[in-house]
Amino acid sequence: MARPSRGRGRPAMRLPELAPRHRSPRLAVDRIRCDGRGLCAELLPELIDLDDWGYPIIRESAIPPSLETLARRAVASCPVLALRIELPNAA
Amino acid sequence: VEPRLFAGRPLAAGSEPLTEHLARLGPPSPGRPELMDVLEASGLLGRGGASFPVGRKWQTVAQRGGGDSRVLANGAEGEPLSAKDRTLMALRPHLVLDGALLAADAVGAREVVLYVGGAHHHARAALARALKERTASRHRMPARVRLVIAPDAYVAGEESAAVHFVNDADARPTSIPPRPFERGIAGRPTLVQNVETLAHVALIARFGDAWYRQAGLSRTPGTALVTVHGVAQPGVREIELGARLGDLAASWGVSQAHTRAVLVGGYFGAWLSRGAAWSATLDPLVMRDQGIAYGAGAIWFLSAADCGVAATARIMDFMASQSAAQCGPCVFGLRSISDSLASIAAGRASFTDVDRLRRWGNELVGRGACRHPDGAAGLLASALSVFADEFDAHIRHRRCTATAGGRVA
Repeated sequence: MARPSRGRGRPAMRLPELAPRHRSPRLAVDRIRCDGRGLCAELLPELIDLDDWGYPIIRESAIPPSLETLARRAVASCPVLALRIELPNAA
Repeated sequence: VEPRLFAGRPLAAGSEPLTEHLARLGPPSPGRPELMDVLEASGLLGRGGASFPVGRKWQTVAQRGGGDSRVLANGAEGEPLSAKDRTLMALRPHLVLDGALLAADAVGAREVVLYVGGAHHHARAALARALKERTASRHRMPARVRLVIAPDAYVAGEESAAVHFVNDADARPTSIPPRPFERGIAGRPTLVQNVETLAHVALIARFGDAWYRQAGLSRTPGTALVTVHGVAQPGVREIELGARLGDLAASWGVSQAHTRAVLVGGYFGAWLSRGAAWSATLDPLVMRDQGIAYGAGAIWFLSAADCGVAATARIMDFMASQSAAQCGPCVFGLRSISDSLASIAAGRASFTDVDRLRRWGNELVGRGACRHPDGAAGLLASALSVFADEFDAHIRHRRCTATAGGRVA
């Protein structure tokens, strides 16, 4: 069967990805696991703030190379294993 | 516009039986792989709230599923301002079933789960009857079909919560990844699709993408079911997408002068000033570019005699009560926002409270496992902007400018 036509002169629709792509290592929090101990913000205040109830706010999720070691330490120190580093998945 | 989903017998005549459905529309051709191309060409977007392109979603699940995927037809409809899914399931159950079975064929699914809100009694009964009719008439069923009753909670319809409930009887959202298209029911790639979306598929499979695109006045083609409140006759209507909201309002008998503001997109949506609302285009793609969520097409005309601050406080109280209570920012943030709004509405707050409210809202975005806090934050931001004068009056004069006599809520 021939591929159906794409409509009559309408602009092609932008097709979003089901999963977003990113190009540098990023900090991510499993929000269900996190119970607001706050160690991450102590160890990595350059990237992480705490909200009024002590839960982390990732100010900047992309980890600059200069902070990678500190970021890894913060991840390893999270007592409930809620903080993680997502590796780049961009093609 | 000619009704599509609501074509056929009068709506007051109730559920359309299988014989009548087949006499009116004929059998759908089986869900060939080409159907996914037709869907992509049709421009059909999901009607559960995210407006994701349907063809793209099916292709992703088909590729990942390797012939062993699952389909979840989502009829949970926990949004308090929406009734379109339960109405559709109750009146045209065979359109929903056709779409779900076509999906199963196309993406290679062995099982279809019809996930229906526990409170939607007519919808449950109609789908159960429709399944019996198909079994009795030896209708071709390319997959097992199972009816699962969703708990009566707002977040139970969120896609990861739906999959979680089917797998583990726990209707709370799960951490992503994995998303359902990666790992869903029984660990298999799962297509989660709103029931209205599936009903449109049933028609596109019969009449084609060019037919589908004949409806639509702006960028998103097709018709849509919307639920309308604050009008003389509230209820579910089928509209042509891309229509000007002011034109629809006039046809529903709403006067702009008697309207304070309009909530579009339901509790996940945004308040629009009456001026912005009347010139708004009811079209998911157009609205997205303007930063407004089309959501599931729920529209509430707030009367000029009602208080926007109090209305927002009531919605936020509901949103806080419906948190799945898994993520700290959602649990504490929504409750604090709700309490703060209630004290402002009651004339017991200061400007510091409003500044803090704004900060809390901004900080909530992206900080839950699901989008529940994001929806609440968006609604709050729109309220602070559209009802800015009312917030001001509630604090400065400790009075409500909207309601008669200026009494606070």
